[in-house]
Amino acid sequence: MLCQSCNEQTATIHLTEITEGLRAETHLCEACAQKQGLAVKSQIPINELLSTLLAAQSESGGGPDLSADIQCPSCGMTLKQFAEKSLLGCPHDYDVFGDQLKMIIERAHNGNTRHCGKTPSTAPADTRDRIKLINLKQQLDEAVRDEDYETAAKLRDMIEKVK
Amino acid sequence: MRPADLSHHVSQWFDGSGPGAEIVISSRIRLARNLGGYEFLTCLSAEKQARLLEELKEAILSLDLGEKVFYVDVSESSPLEQDMLVERHLISRRHAGGKGPRGAIIAPSESFTAMINEEDHLRVQVFKTGLQLKECWRQIDNIDSEIEKKVQYAFDANYGYLTACPTNLGTGIRVSVMLHLPALKMTGQIDKFFNAARDTDLMVRGLFGEGTDAVGDFFQLSNQVTLGVSEEQIVEEFSNSIVPKITQFEAMARQTLLTQQADALDDKIQRALGVLRSARLISSQEALFLLSHVRMGINLGRVNGISLDAVNELFMLTQPAHLQLNSGQTLDPDHRDAMRAKIIRSRLCRN
Repeated sequence: MLCQSCNEQTATIHLTEITEGLRAETHLCEACAQKQGLAVKSQIPINELLSTLLAAQSESGGGPDLSADIQCPSCGMTLKQFAEKSLLGCPHDYDVFGDQLKMIIERAHNGNTRHCGKTPSTAPADTRDRIKLINLKQQLDEAVRDEDYETAAKLRDMIEKVK
Repeated sequence: MRPADLSHHVSQWFDGSGPGAEIVISSRIRLARNLGGYEFLTCLSAEKQARLLEELKEAILSLDLGEKVFYVDVSESSPLEQDMLVERHLISRRHAGGKGPRGAIIAPSESFTAMINEEDHLRVQVFKTGLQLKECWRQIDNIDSEIEKKVQYAFDANYGYLTACPTNLGTGIRVSVMLHLPALKMTGQIDKFFNAARDTDLMVRGLFGEGTDAVGDFFQLSNQVTLGVSEEQIVEEFSNSIVPKITQFEAMARQTLLTQQADALDDKIQRALGVLRSARLISSQEALFLLSHVRMGINLGRVNGISLDAVNELFMLTQPAHLQLNSGQTLDPDHRDAMRAKIIRSRLCRN
């Protein structure tokens, strides 16, 4: 189906409006939909995302207050500076800006807040086991969801071993 | 070996020899790493940057990487050399245009590069032609483990590898495939691909040129989520699910063009060839656009007498910095357009 507005591109946005019992359908391509101000999920640059999130957090009152800016004692970076540059100053910032960053990290990573991938061989054994356990549990969930019970059983045994 | 020695031939990752390279031009994986005991680059003094550069350079140059790698002092390179490395995807535009001591270690085959002092202290990447993400992961995982024996990475038990931007946190991995999707574009279905990518948290960018413009129907598709998923999971999903699906859509679109719109398809391809063979001035945008049609034509068996190699080479050699380095002079845009047209004519008319 072609876009009703430009008649060139394929319509990928389909809008159904019901006004006073009358149903109207609109079919548009993404570019035309955007031109008409229809909301389209688009890729927001990360710094915009960060500053919007930080602003929203401080406005809602529940989140961090940017007026009482926090500063990292190690590198001197402040939360405001971070919001502007979207780059942190040193590894300690992850602790110093802990709560504020957590929300941003969740948003950026689809709700995830825990690492479950590669771990340096130099990391303490319990850290490695903990990360491995998260990973195995995730795989188990996936296997169960896919109804692959053979793999699930194997994963369960592996989890027991790590525990 | 010097950077300028690279500029005469096409990169291996673009030579079209890999599995499925008609659609999946190449696979790339990069890892972002930072060293413990140093601030991230925004807060790192020039003196410490220099020290960090030496430490990482020494660690990586001492590894056995299967071929004799060379070091490029990016901060001392000429703008043309920097641009050429960017055009070949060996360093990022950010790294080229950065400040302070920074460098890159490059393998002559261009399958491996390490950028030191980019956005993170270290960004290692591995490239392969066609769809070979699993092979890329195996190789980069090994290299990363070897580097890790020599330096102390910043790592947190909860957040994993710590990165300057929280969007790279965790695995620090960016898995990407470069795709040629001319038929999806021609059949007006490319928006569907964009939407599907967004809905699954993937990022789409253009392969050539600056910014996000996808010139010549080349797209880069990469993961955005780096935390809470393992490297293997991301690679698996790309290799077994995402890429095969897109490849299938593109192949179907190509088939539709062949069976239902063969005349329109041939017209597009032959017009592209006509312009490329006779133009006296051609911009890099126009060249990419037209070469893309010819590339599809060759892959679909609609063009005789021109090799895919010749076309792939033109994609690379007609980029601005390549043109200038290979002709040994800096050229203004008008002269570049003339030079570009000349090279294209000489390659495409010879056969």
